[in-house]
Amino acid sequence: MTDPQHWDPSRRDLMVSVAAAAVLAAAPELAKAGAGLASESRMPTYAPVAFTVNGEARQLEVDTRTTLLDALRERLHLTGTKKGCDHGQCGACTVIVDGHRINSCLTLAVMHEGSEVTTIEGLGDPDNLHPMQAAFVKHDGYQCGYCTPGQICSAVATLAEIKAGVPSHVTEDLFGEMLPTDAEIRERMSGNICRCGAYSNIVEAIAEVAGRRA
Amino acid sequence: MKAFTYERVATPAEAAAAAAKNDGAKFIAGGTNLLDLMKLEIETPTHLIDVNRLALDKIEATPEGGLRIGALVRNTDLAAHEGVRRDYALLARALLAGASGQLRNRATTAGNLLQRTRCPYFYDTAQPCNKRTPGSGCSAIGGFSRQLAVVGVSDACIATHPSDMAVAMRALDAVVETVKPGGEARTISIADFHRLPGNTPHVETALEKGELIAAVTLPPPVGGKHVYRKVRDRASYAFALVSVAAIVQPDGSGRVAVGGVAPKPWRIEGAEADMRRGAKAVTDGLFADARPTHDNEFKRTLAQRTLGSVLTEARG
Ligand SMILES: Cc1cc2nc3c(=O)[nH]c(=O)nc-3n(C[C@H](O)[C@H](O)[C@H](O)COP(=O)(O)OP(=O)(O)OC[C@H]3O[C@@H](n4cnc5c(N)ncnc54)[C@H](O)[C@@H]3O)c2cc1C
Ligand code: SF4
Ligand code: FES
Ligand code: FES
Repeated sequence: MTDPQHWDPSRRDLMVSVAAAAVLAAAPELAKAGAGLASESRMPTYAPVAFTVNGEARQLEVDTRTTLLDALRERLHLTGTKKGCDHGQCGACTVIVDGHRINSCLTLAVMHEGSEVTTIEGLGDPDNLHPMQAAFVKHDGYQCGYCTPGQICSAVATLAEIKAGVPSHVTEDLFGEMLPTDAEIRERMSGNICRCGAYSNIVEAIAEVAGRRA
Repeated sequence: MKAFTYERVATPAEAAAAAAKNDGAKFIAGGTNLLDLMKLEIETPTHLIDVNRLALDKIEATPEGGLRIGALVRNTDLAAHEGVRRDYALLARALLAGASGQLRNRATTAGNLLQRTRCPYFYDTAQPCNKRTPGSGCSAIGGFSRQLAVVGVSDACIATHPSDMAVAMRALDAVVETVKPGGEARTISIADFHRLPGNTPHVETALEKGELIAAVTLPPPVGGKHVYRKVRDRASYAFALVSVAAIVQPDGSGRVAVGGVAPKPWRIEGAEADMRRGAKAVTDGLFADARPTHDNEFKRTLAQRTLGSVLTEARG
């Protein structure tokens, strides 16, 4: 990602954009016809954004295209949060924003002015593990570990959702008591894919934190 | 992703004005569909209008006894809302059958209605697709069409609308409230909201350019037993092959809308007259004009059997 402070449009970039602009001026119907040609002349635009990450106030000037995931990893160097698919299909990028777990790859950094973001680094550290982190270690809830930060952020939020009475697809009675059964945990965690297939140990780790078994 | 300028708006009027001012503008809500498509450069807005700060995130009772759902209400919150769970369980169930916990926390009511097809050729920018590039041809016709539509299709496009939520809203006779770029408000029934492809598959809804969805209104509850049954290739976190949304009354009458089979939530009120005669009678009516491909012919049988099991459950 280009740092805006150090962004220095090269002579070539400028010439390309001037040339494209000239073409567009000469053929406005082409410009209207679609993104294809018109977009060639687009310059990146930057915008400021301020949010809190793991309790610390952060301010950035970002290319508007920067996802929250890339802002965390590339700009704030919080590389615990992982990029798996970059399309909402794997859950590796799951972080907790204003109390809700979301896919940080499908949201823009600039959309989070004033947000409170919690990443895996904010849940705990090696000397002071979050209970969910400790349970994943105890139950071997991973092999390669790539999906693990997303799994753990998702798991923490999943238990909060059950406590708050948010129903799931497998909840039989929409007004009954919500319990952290294996079926509930599996369904609610289905947005987190594990290529290593550590699922059964992940369920055990979450069930333990839910207080269901020791 | 193509570069774009970005602004936050605070009121629907501001949003409409911003849309009127910028030709290449798009609204962004949860971003879970739009950003996915922008990364692939299938969508290339020059300007994004962030509507997340509009005060359209409430669910309120209407004077008629229904519910008015703000455009920005997140799918999780809508499914968990007490009134929705009690009186519109069909909607709660459809929402919970869609996407993942993370995605539902961001996805909004308006964004869900406006999500675009999951046709694999629409996503593959190396292939012709009339929806993505009007006039380029349809790769799905004669291609791999197992997931695609069997009814309501045209020679230009056989894509399905992928939303679960919209199928329940169709059965519930929801009404979409909008604000046009000029500022005037209007309402569009959910039946008229999504369009069939015809010769213009890139035109997907009745919305005008820059028209903002403000809310979706549900009429007063109709009672009955609500069942949403989604059949898919894996048990969770997958789009529907076929889904059935049914409301069944004690006397056996009711309503049925089907997802995964058409370019819009598929409901034919006339076919519901046959509810008491069983699933086959209803699906015969729903699929009377079907034009399936060799790959997706199975969806008719699947829809019939799914409805059969739903009716059994509802009457049981
Ligand atoms: C991996 C994955 C799996 C999924 N599985 C399912 C599934 O099983 N079932 C299902 O139903 N869905 C599924 N989805 C889709 C998901 O439900 C949609 O992405 C989501 O509902 C879109 O809502 P959003 O608020 O994020 O929309 P955005 O991405 O913000 O916007 C979508 C469109 O709506 C427009 N828009 C947004 N708000 C307004 C407004 N107020 N007025 C006018 N226009 C507006 C935007 O301009 C854009 O064109 C899945 C998505 C992913 C990524
Ligand atoms: S079915 Fe529609 S979306 Fe799919 S390739 Fe054909 S035109 Fe495109
Ligand atoms: S990286 Fe975000 S869901 Fe895969
Ligand atoms: S531990 Fe390897 S992907 Fe989950």
